[in-house]
Amino acid sequence: MATATTIKYEPVIGLEVHVQLKTKTKAFCSCKVEFGAPANSHTCPVCLGLPGALPVLNKEVVTLAIKVGLALNCQIAHRIKFDRKNYFYPDLPKGYQITQYDGPICFDGILELPIHDASGAPRNCRVTRAHLEEDAGKSIHLEGSTLIDLNRAGTALVEIVSAPDLRSAEEAHAYLTTLKRNLSYLDVSELSMEKGSLRCDANISIKPEGAIKLGTRVEVKNMNSFKSVASAIRFEIERQTKVVSAGGTLHQETRLWDEDQLCTRAMRSKEEANDYRYFPEPDLSWFNIDRKWVEQIQSSLPELPEKRLLRFLDDYKLERGEAEFLVSERELAEFFEHAVKLYQKPRKVAAWVAGEFSHAMQERAIGVKGLKITPAALIGLMDLLDAGKLNNVTAKEVFAAMLDSGEDALAVARRLNKLIEQDSGAVDKAIIEVMLEFADKAVADYKAGKDVALGFLVGQVVRKLKGKANPKEIAPLLTKAIRG
Amino acid sequence: MPFDLLKSDATSIAQAVRDGSVSAETVVSETIKRMAATEPKVGAFLQQDAEGALAQARAIDAARKQGKPVGRLAGVPIAIKDNIHVEGRPTTCASRILDGFIAPYDATVTTRLRAEGAVIVGKTNLDEFAMGSSCENSALKQTRNPWDVTRVPGGSSGGSAAAVAARSALVSLGTDTGGSIRLPGSFCGVVGMKPSYGRVSRYGAIAFASSLDQIGPLSVSVRDSALTLSIMAGRDDHDATSSKRAAPDYVAELAKANIKGLRVGYVPAYFDQCPDKEVAKTCKLGLERLRNLGATLVEVNLPNADHGIEVYYVVASAEASSNLSRFDGVRYGMRADKGNAIANYFATRGAGFGTEVKRRIMLGTYALSAGAYDEYYGRASKVRTLIVNDFVRAFGGCDLIVGPTVPFTAFKAGEKSDPLSMYLCDIYTIPASLAGLCALSLPAGFSKAGLPIGLHLQAPPYAETTLFAAAQALERDLGLDRLAPIA
Ligand SMILES: [Zn+2]
Repeated sequence: MATATTIKYEPVIGLEVHVQLKTKTKAFCSCKVEFGAPANSHTCPVCLGLPGALPVLNKEVVTLAIKVGLALNCQIAHRIKFDRKNYFYPDLPKGYQITQYDGPICFDGILELPIHDASGAPRNCRVTRAHLEEDAGKSIHLEGSTLIDLNRAGTALVEIVSAPDLRSAEEAHAYLTTLKRNLSYLDVSELSMEKGSLRCDANISIKPEGAIKLGTRVEVKNMNSFKSVASAIRFEIERQTKVVSAGGTLHQETRLWDEDQLCTRAMRSKEEANDYRYFPEPDLSWFNIDRKWVEQIQSSLPELPEKRLLRFLDDYKLERGEAEFLVSERELAEFFEHAVKLYQKPRKVAAWVAGEFSHAMQERAIGVKGLKITPAALIGLMDLLDAGKLNNVTAKEVFAAMLDSGEDALAVARRLNKLIEQDSGAVDKAIIEVMLEFADKAVADYKAGKDVALGFLVGQVVRKLKGKANPKEIAPLLTKAIRG
Repeated sequence: MPFDLLKSDATSIAQAVRDGSVSAETVVSETIKRMAATEPKVGAFLQQDAEGALAQARAIDAARKQGKPVGRLAGVPIAIKDNIHVEGRPTTCASRILDGFIAPYDATVTTRLRAEGAVIVGKTNLDEFAMGSSCENSALKQTRNPWDVTRVPGGSSGGSAAAVAARSALVSLGTDTGGSIRLPGSFCGVVGMKPSYGRVSRYGAIAFASSLDQIGPLSVSVRDSALTLSIMAGRDDHDATSSKRAAPDYVAELAKANIKGLRVGYVPAYFDQCPDKEVAKTCKLGLERLRNLGATLVEVNLPNADHGIEVYYVVASAEASSNLSRFDGVRYGMRADKGNAIANYFATRGAGFGTEVKRRIMLGTYALSAGAYDEYYGRASKVRTLIVNDFVRAFGGCDLIVGPTVPFTAFKAGEKSDPLSMYLCDIYTIPASLAGLCALSLPAGFSKAGLPIGLHLQAPPYAETTLFAAAQALERDLGLDRLAPIA
């Protein structure tokens, strides 16, 4: 029998992701959904939970939820009902949340993760369900009092529940990135963890490697970025392994991630000892989801990233890494395809977009939309490069300036005086000067058969011309001049 | 001819006001006088609004003089159960927990009735949150039966029934969850009508049990009931459970009504096993009169309806336990301040709700709890389906099912002290609520002690036209003098 210390433990992780839907109005009333409006300015009898008020389902909410389901490769229910989840909290005005308990609108989905197992096959994570529910308001705790803002109360959420298929913090991170990527194609949510339009809780347990029975599950909440989700999972795996290895037992509990101390802490037990007493919401009737409607929504969706990735690999023969990067955001992929239409060398465009372009986005911490460059402007730059009017170094300088000003490549190159003019007099003059200056050293070396010296001399000529020269054109001229 | 409130019904008043033979102001001031005379003994109202009512009446008269349309209920004094919102007025549900709450909006029915010229004279007493069968569960007032002021008016819409019986309003609104319109209608000798589930918008009525609640009229005559329902019925976009099915003009339908060949069903046990023989006899006579009027009688069987009470108290209490969660002292109504949210919550609800309300919240909370759900709420929902199926089968062979509304007549105040015997008052009315039928209690006669006896007519969902046709035929045939003595 193995002793405790020799047992290897395997983590089992499932994620619950809440996505706030970008509907014009709330889920069950006609109040506007707006982030950052004055407190309690977007409220009405329904979302204030006033007596006598009744919920009425906003159809747009269903449309967006169906889009989410399709983007996660889910089945869509033929009809849906809602349920009440009963609990008391001051920012939950009705004393219950309208949600879907046993009949989610979307179910049985799957996500292919951009990581691969030992055999090279991509890892998959199943999506058990995605259901609709309404959000609660916000409690703002001050010393001695609590303020409540109900602007958020009644806004629509989709809760996406993964199967416990994830085995590491990295896989969890990859799942979240993929989920966010797929949803970003739909324009159904701001998808911002900072603003709370994307929230994630993790269910984590460990079991002896190869065991079938799952261990005691711990739910971890309060993570505010994908990075902190991964950190919390790493911490929790380590903590649970320590407890179990030391012969201790784990409790099924909810723990909160502490971003400052980088650890999880047990929540007070009374906050979790809830019996939610779910039952069908009698104020809402069944809502039928016609197949024609689903087809209509399906056909209105943009090409989703998984499909687009395959097409990029097939049609453009891109590197997998480049292609994955390009489809990681809908705008990026669309930018690339626009550019390719104007310029028939997809791999070259991909290299630029995945290289300089992504670099610039990271540096400025903005998305594609934030950059002031159009596909046509990028292609303009590449044309100048092809025509020998810019070299690789000046092209990058011009590109950086284009991002900020929004001007086209030629205008920027002119303004920065980087354009290579076909002024043979200036070139000849520079060559003669360099030959005189380095006559004893590099020129002599080259004559003595040291070919590397040529590169140095070409560089000196380009420098004399303030970069406005194409090294490829300078090299033969220089050779000719030295050889006489 | 001078105006006589006590000999009028809403239909005749609205007609007289429209053609100018009486002013709305006269009607309303007569009503206010009547109210002043009857209220000390009856106590139907929690709030009266003489000034507002007179102002509205004068506005109607002015509009009429200018040749503007004044509505189908022009000048009719109407009372509204105090669990239905009238903007700017308190809605109390006869509970302390709503202390200080002012309705910020009109219920859909309030808007629709006002638009047709109905004049709101006040808001009437009820069992707290409509939970009760005698009106004695009101935390604010005790209402008495105008036929015998030592007796209860029935509940929960006791104030609304008593007001019409006393003619301190000509029409009133009640809400019916398991019999709360029909039972007080029966006890007070007025027409009490529960529309089919989904026929009338519930928006603005404080929910007791959402899958059962319906707003309906209590009235002097069947035609008033048809008129009031015509105005209230129809889709409301604020209530997802309100039906999209077009609402007929029930008054016009009534004019064409003919009950010859109508198949009237009855459950023999409801007569044979009725504990009050006078009630059984009067209702049987009603049935025979229907036959004499051309209907054919059909024996029907509703085997699962006997479980109605058990199903009802589980389902209604479960929904109520959730519906009443919002009364937490956080945003409106009473708040007991104990320093923190959780403590405030317990203290507010502990002090704000009465005994019966707490009992049902506990019952409902238990029925939905993790260990009990399947055995209680789950099973009750299944039996409810069986009851629905019973009616579907029964209505395959008849158009109407008739029986007693309540197994007895109005009882003495304080007589029924244990909750179970009180729950049994609704034994005949509950099944129709569970099945979403439309049903009506028609005054069918009196006991030897002079107490009204109601006949219960039930029709399939959305067959209100049938219900009114039979009720009016019988009403005319009976020709009862239905003015309460108030003694
Ligand atoms: Zn709202």
